[in-house]
Amino acid sequence: MALTAVVAQNLVKSFTIRKQKSLKENIVNARRGRAFAERFRALDDISFQITAGESVGLVGPNGSGKSTLLKIVGGILAPNQGRVQVRGRLAALLELGAGFHPDLSGRDNIYLNASLLGLSRAETERYFADIVDFSGIPDFIDTQVKFYSSGMYVRLAFAVAVHVDPDILLVDEVLAVGDEPFQAKCMDKIRQFKQEGRTIVFVSHSTAQVTAVCDRAIVLEHGRIVEDDTPLIALGRLRQAYQGQIEATRQADAGSGDGRATIASVRLSSPGSYDYAGFDVVGRPGLTLEARCEIDFDQPVPGWSADLSIETTLGDPRLLTDSRDCLKMDLPAAAGRQGLVWRLPDLRLGEGDYVVNLAVRDQAGVRLDVRSRAAMFAIRRADLSRGPVYSEATLELVAPQPAPPAPATASQAGAADGSSPAAEPEERAGGRP
Amino acid sequence: MASPAADRLARLADEPLRDINPASGFWSGAGRNLVEIWRRRELVRFLFQREIRSRYKDSALGVVWSLIRPIVTLLVYYLVIGAFIGARRAIPDFAVYVYIGLTLWGLFNESVTFGTASVVANAGIIKKIHLPREVFPLASVGSALFNFGVQCVILLAAVFVLGGGVNPSGLGYVPLGVLVVLVWGTALAILLSALNVYLRDVQFLVEVALMVGFWASPIVYSWKQVAESLVNHPWVAEVYASNPVTLAVFGLQRALWSGGVDMPCPSHLAARLLIVLAVGLVALFLAQRVFDRLQRDFAQEL
Repeated sequence: MALTAVVAQNLVKSFTIRKQKSLKENIVNARRGRAFAERFRALDDISFQITAGESVGLVGPNGSGKSTLLKIVGGILAPNQGRVQVRGRLAALLELGAGFHPDLSGRDNIYLNASLLGLSRAETERYFADIVDFSGIPDFIDTQVKFYSSGMYVRLAFAVAVHVDPDILLVDEVLAVGDEPFQAKCMDKIRQFKQEGRTIVFVSHSTAQVTAVCDRAIVLEHGRIVEDDTPLIALGRLRQAYQGQIEATRQADAGSGDGRATIASVRLSSPGSYDYAGFDVVGRPGLTLEARCEIDFDQPVPGWSADLSIETTLGDPRLLTDSRDCLKMDLPAAAGRQGLVWRLPDLRLGEGDYVVNLAVRDQAGVRLDVRSRAAMFAIRRADLSRGPVYSEATLELVAPQPAPPAPATASQAGAADGSSPAAEPEERAGGRP
Repeated sequence: MASPAADRLARLADEPLRDINPASGFWSGAGRNLVEIWRRRELVRFLFQREIRSRYKDSALGVVWSLIRPIVTLLVYYLVIGAFIGARRAIPDFAVYVYIGLTLWGLFNESVTFGTASVVANAGIIKKIHLPREVFPLASVGSALFNFGVQCVILLAAVFVLGGGVNPSGLGYVPLGVLVVLVWGTALAILLSALNVYLRDVQFLVEVALMVGFWASPIVYSWKQVAESLVNHPWVAEVYASNPVTLAVFGLQRALWSGGVDMPCPSHLAARLLIVLAVGLVALFLAQRVFDRLQRDFAQEL
């Protein structure tokens, strides 16, 4: 039985783009009025349904309408056309700590914030100990919130928010704040919410979070749904969308630098790799990558150097090498075109999508020209291990070692039941034959 | 054994789909809004507690300050204006007379001033949390009512210490007058708070209008003086006497200003008060309907 929790029908939302206008301009243009107002369609005929208990990721580039859509579903903005229907209690976590008052204590703010989010006083009292416990700051609960560190603030706010007990939870990138343990705690809580059958709509730029939490992802672009599928497929579509923007950045970057040198071309290749849409090279971990690049010099630049870096499509650095410091090479200064071939053998990166950046510098390290995201490659079929680096891991089943002599057995028993103080000296004695 | 997820699904299956932004008819919307606001009455209380607590946080005397200010004001009127300037020659028990007007005017003034600014001041919440936005002007009225309560303590003390006690036959005017001011103050707070989102000039306009309103009410001068000046323009006097706040001030003066029992006062005061109360309730209803229409775009205008 598929029970719908959220139904959105033909949502349209447009904003008027206001330019700061003076009173005089307003009066002069009053008659022509509306013709001057520019309309911007943030959402253009959006329809979807979400089944109860489903978690859906809303992804898309900046300005694609994700937050607007979330606000409309949450009832904070009214659409120009269309309707949203929901089943059950809805809570929107658009900002942690909205409505916290800096002059009030943590305790007062818990009551106020819970009340803003729709909890009654009785409910808040029931959950109060839980909330304080979850926030992890019981010692500061009677301190004014203005003295909190930003981490404490966010913890308290999240603790209140997760106790609202919604059937439908809308989350807008609030999890991007806080330190790693806290983020992990948030993700655990969201997974727990999911197990409890709550419906979750989740806006995030983190593909990792979306794949970890969501059963489904909706990709928005310019206010339209361009993909609505499993996270894997939808995020693939999103990557293609980003590709277009990257191309534009490449074009824009091509002209940067001071003109003494220009990177004329970059070609990425790999022996034995196969071709795939959007990538220059697709290969398995351990592939050899070759980057051929040609540079035009207007004039001889003595002591110039070149560097190459690899990062993930999300911008996490993976590798950097350069001609001067790493490879200890002096490149000859001459005017005209020069060719370079970088060889990166045995590149054991984990599965993922990567970009190659190239730069040329003069002796002082000033960049003469940069080609960010000059080429893209993908590592696929990294079956034997996961993570940023790859290893052809193996595992074999072996016969257990023969039983050790008697004193060693005693020490093992000691180690097994933790650090029992009695076992320790015995172990030392056993260790010193 | 049912899991929490299955329980939830079973419970949700019984619930109908509801519109998150229901189409709001003129009458049907009003009823639903009222229910929603009533459901969130706790929130209104929390919000005005927040105002009051944060106002006196970190001050050594705390809430005592809300007593000190009115006491000093009372002394100034008693000594400087009443005795030195000599206003008490025209108006018996001048300090009590002025203080009645000031206290009631304070309720109206604070309701409207803070109410007008309330929605804009809480923009952060409105842009992030879905709730009936009427709670903000209502909380402002609540905190004005709290201050009014504190001042009433001083007022009663003044009535018995400086004045001649209460006038038992006029006591019925007290709740009626306060109610009139509350209804009109709330109506204006709700209407102006919504308008202020779209045109921030409203809050400055309100300041000016309230100043005019203060001098257009019989607070520091008496009705007798007005009636004498306007004797050739009876309809101006009639307009003057139709102002709800003016009527409410008259009402409270009837009840608490025993030195002025013989002083003239507009005719049919009780009937007039009941009429402006009824009109005020209609105004409150209309203000809420306008608010409901305007609040749909609050989140994008703030």
